Amino acid sequence: MKIAVKYFASMRETMGKADEQTNLDEGATVNDLWASVATIPMAENTLIAVNMEYTNADHVLVEGDEVAFFPPVTGG
Amino acid sequence: MKVIVLDGEFDPWKAVSEYQNENIEDGKHGASVTFIGSMRDFNDGVDGISNMYLDHYPGMTEKHIGHVIEDAMEKWDVMDALVVHRVGDIKPNDAIVLVAVWSEHRAMAFDACRFIINDLKHRAPFWKREASDAGERWVEGNSIDAVADEHSNAKPK
Repeated sequence: MKIAVKYFASMRETMGKADEQTNLDEGATVNDLWASVATIPMAENTLIAVNMEYTNADHVLVEGDEVAFFPPVTGG
Repeated sequence: MKVIVLDGEFDPWKAVSEYQNENIEDGKHGASVTFIGSMRDFNDGVDGISNMYLDHYPGMTEKHIGHVIEDAMEKWDVMDALVVHRVGDIKPNDAIVLVAVWSEHRAMAFDACRFIINDLKHRAPFWKREASDAGERWVEGNSIDAVADEHSNAKPK
């Protein structure tokens, strides 16, 4: 299944890109996605959003999902 | 309610005034509480911060803030709320964020305004990158504010 991946702020620099498309097997989780795109373990404070809603690394993905990885936020 | 994510300067007082004139029914609200966050030229022991870049997640930002306002309006019976948040390049003294809340009584407007700005600081997908003589750096997550926010009153110096 096709998954769109986005990276923001320092995560973009860590990954060396702002976004990418990837293909995963059905039933894959966010953790599986990370393992397929990254060569380093996910930092403990990494925030995860699927289709623009916060979730966790055990979230099971479906075709067409948009997954974002980013560091703790600093707005306001 | 309205959420505006803006790449460019804005006048928060004008935004409140215009929104109130256009959207808030005359004679129905007894309280309006406004929070404005501005850019300092110092942060975390670094002085002389000359400018800042605010990154965000287009789409999620608006969606997330919209949910938070809906939560606040339901929880405190707020009549209306306006949030404006800057992105892009920002200079010291610029307004970064505006939260304005209208309600029948002051307690609910104060509480809802605090709730919205605290969520904005800790959960809305914005990231600050500061530039000073020492170079550029991503600002660390809002953990210090998270501790301060545990207490409802600001700490005296």
